[in-house]
Amino acid sequence: MVDFNRFTLANGLKVLVHEDATTPMAVLNILYDVGARDEDPEKTGFAHLFEHLMFGGSINIPNYDEPLQRVGGENNAFTSNDITNYYITLPAENIETAFWLESDRMLSLAFSEKSLDTQRNVVSEEFKQRYLNQPYGDVWLKLRPLAYKKHAYRWATIGKELSHIENATMDDVKAFFKKHYNPQNAILVVGGNVKTEEVKKLAEKWFEPIPAGEKYHRNLVQEEPQTEARQETVKANVPLNAIYMAFKMPGRLNSDYYAFDLLSDILSRGQSSRLYNSLLKEQQLFSEINAYISSSLDPGLFIVEGKLVEGVVIETAEKAIWAELEKLKTELVSDTELTKVKNKVESILVFSEMGLLDKAMNLAYYELLGDAALLNNETAEFLKVQSADIQRIANETFNKNSSSTLYYLTEEHA
Amino acid sequence: MLNRQQAPDFKQVSAINFIQPEKRLLTNGVPVFTIYSGEQDLVRIEFIFENVNWNRDKPLQAIAVSTLINNGTNKLSAKEIAEKIDFYGAFFQTEYTQDQSLVTLYTLNKHLHSVLPIVKDVLTNSQFPQNELDIYIQNQKQKLQVNLKKNDIVSRKEFAHALFGETAYGVDIKAEHYDGLEREALLTYFKTAYAPNNCTIVVSGKFDAAGFDLLDSHFGRDWDKSEVVKNAFSFSPTEKQFVYKEKPEALQSAIRIGQLAVNRKHEDFSGLQILNTVLGGYFGSRLMANIREDKGYTYGIGSGISSLQQAGYLFIATEVGADVCGAALTEIYKEIEILRTTLIEEEELNLVRNYMLGSMLGSLENVFSHADKFKNIYFAGLDYDYYTKYINTVKTITAQELLALANKYLTTESFTEVVIGKK
Repeated sequence: MVDFNRFTLANGLKVLVHEDATTPMAVLNILYDVGARDEDPEKTGFAHLFEHLMFGGSINIPNYDEPLQRVGGENNAFTSNDITNYYITLPAENIETAFWLESDRMLSLAFSEKSLDTQRNVVSEEFKQRYLNQPYGDVWLKLRPLAYKKHAYRWATIGKELSHIENATMDDVKAFFKKHYNPQNAILVVGGNVKTEEVKKLAEKWFEPIPAGEKYHRNLVQEEPQTEARQETVKANVPLNAIYMAFKMPGRLNSDYYAFDLLSDILSRGQSSRLYNSLLKEQQLFSEINAYISSSLDPGLFIVEGKLVEGVVIETAEKAIWAELEKLKTELVSDTELTKVKNKVESILVFSEMGLLDKAMNLAYYELLGDAALLNNETAEFLKVQSADIQRIANETFNKNSSSTLYYLTEEHA
Repeated sequence: MLNRQQAPDFKQVSAINFIQPEKRLLTNGVPVFTIYSGEQDLVRIEFIFENVNWNRDKPLQAIAVSTLINNGTNKLSAKEIAEKIDFYGAFFQTEYTQDQSLVTLYTLNKHLHSVLPIVKDVLTNSQFPQNELDIYIQNQKQKLQVNLKKNDIVSRKEFAHALFGETAYGVDIKAEHYDGLEREALLTYFKTAYAPNNCTIVVSGKFDAAGFDLLDSHFGRDWDKSEVVKNAFSFSPTEKQFVYKEKPEALQSAIRIGQLAVNRKHEDFSGLQILNTVLGGYFGSRLMANIREDKGYTYGIGSGISSLQQAGYLFIATEVGADVCGAALTEIYKEIEILRTTLIEEEELNLVRNYMLGSMLGSLENVFSHADKFKNIYFAGLDYDYYTKYINTVKTITAQELLALANKYLTTESFTEVVIGKK
């Protein structure tokens, strides 16, 4: 159970407070309701590049990191296809420093040319390090545009290509800030050894004077239902053949989300899971095999991916995956197996309450979903799922005509 | 009017409280250290075994046993073990480090009595079935092939081997080492290393007298002792050495440089941690400020010092654009040279002091982190005075002392320099 209090400032900023007196630390987490899905198709990677620029100094504070480190704090941020999330952890008695820093960069950035120059380079190196200079690193750059034809999920957060980042201008940066970085598009969570009254005073002092700005109304092009099997083959300098299969599934707010999450657990969570035992241990077709969901806000992907044992023909491996998926369509999952994955999820949720930062991030995300209180309902939602639900969604999802399959082959097989 | 240019007042962290463990012994003498917290209804139990009987010709014995230990006993198959553990929502994890092999159980309190017997079975009756070993060998060799395509991982392997040679800390694992694994040898290693006389148990979470009795009833008896020879290594400083592996297609080069230093037991260690923080131990460090934030050569660069039981070492690591690899190396050496010749300004030093104290406070987030802090000192033969002294050193070390440490340990003329990619 993660308790919280909630209030909204006059400028529209939502504030949540989680009091936890067992720690001497505090967290300030701020979620901006903007991600890679909000980008212009010709300027992709921008939400993430912008996240880097948020550390390049703000209107009244030339250096973001230094004053925070001086009071014993640390910070970081991440960008996904849906959101951009910034967080600070610091000794609770110095919490005002976090308010000061975070509010000033919501008020306005310094928009320094030097910072833009540097971060273009840094992000280009990040692009290389994580996507281009790793075996299989570019899989999502290939798989997204195969699975999505219209929706902005067809590109990754890092962007479609290096040139989009290299060509970013200061005007782009300023326009992006104006459109997305204002109190109405943000959720602030303060957690740890703090009191709600104190947080309220600090929020009113530092955040309330910030102009409300314009509310961004999202109007994304939605993906049309997929009606044909898609298949692509790429060859690269990798040691093993691999297969990636993507199926369309509903977005995070759909009531079937919990059933999909359990379905992926049945297939692939841990050493008792189906794919691991059947395909890796018994048939020995794969040396690694996984299934997981993308958990995105708009309709997402159910992914099955694996690396093949040397000598196994890729069509054989693919057939074996399909056989496991077909089994879920025709046979009910047993009570024991369903209880097993439910118990595991329940346990994970209890353990996740060990971390202050995790709790703060979760509150912000669930508030974005509509209500932070949903976080405390998760276990109950998972427990509601029945075997018949699993079978139904398996039938709705695992069809050739809505699948996108990527063969990722070694060059010798060319 | 709100003055946004004026930073709010702040305080340096004053008190850092460590939760110290209670020590009890199982009936057979296995020490159990408990860090108690009643916050959540869960518990973590770590069974910690020293790595022993090092054999250069069988370098994978300990790690293979660690990974395969839950792959079958004389009662349960690998799948049955996993199903039972998962059914109770518990987590069974194994971890192999250079010095120890850990078996960790995470469970909700309500299922402790159901999962402990499974762990007992695994720790005393593992069988290492041949078919499971064959699958492990096949899949690990495949994983190795993928890892050898990652410049960063290759640089770690080369660096460790250059410093530590043919020991558990440095041996360069190759595919044929996997082929050489034999079931009988694994069983022998298992019976030797996973014995009560080689075990320390660290418990954290909600764990009361009844929990202890339950633990004792399973692990305090019917567990055979063994004869172990603790691993013993000694290392001598190396001369300047270069390892360069060219990867013609590389977009980035992985750089890893450094040398042997001291470990936690040495009086210089805390001071060296502060010096390391200034150089490359936090986001505002000199390496990050220069090589990422000023030059934009990399996504990240850092330095670290590592304390092993029988050695310590320091390193600087990064992945940089292949075209700027030489320039990045020049800048790294330049930053080190500045630390050896110029006193750190008081303003920067105070920032680092406050940052490190805040970071220490933040690293004690929950009962598990308190247990981790205990393990750090206990297995180095130290007590909680270590942390008192550490905090005192962070608060009081002078720029002169750091300059002296830089000249003693950051001797680049004897560094090992590894570059994988293009120069």
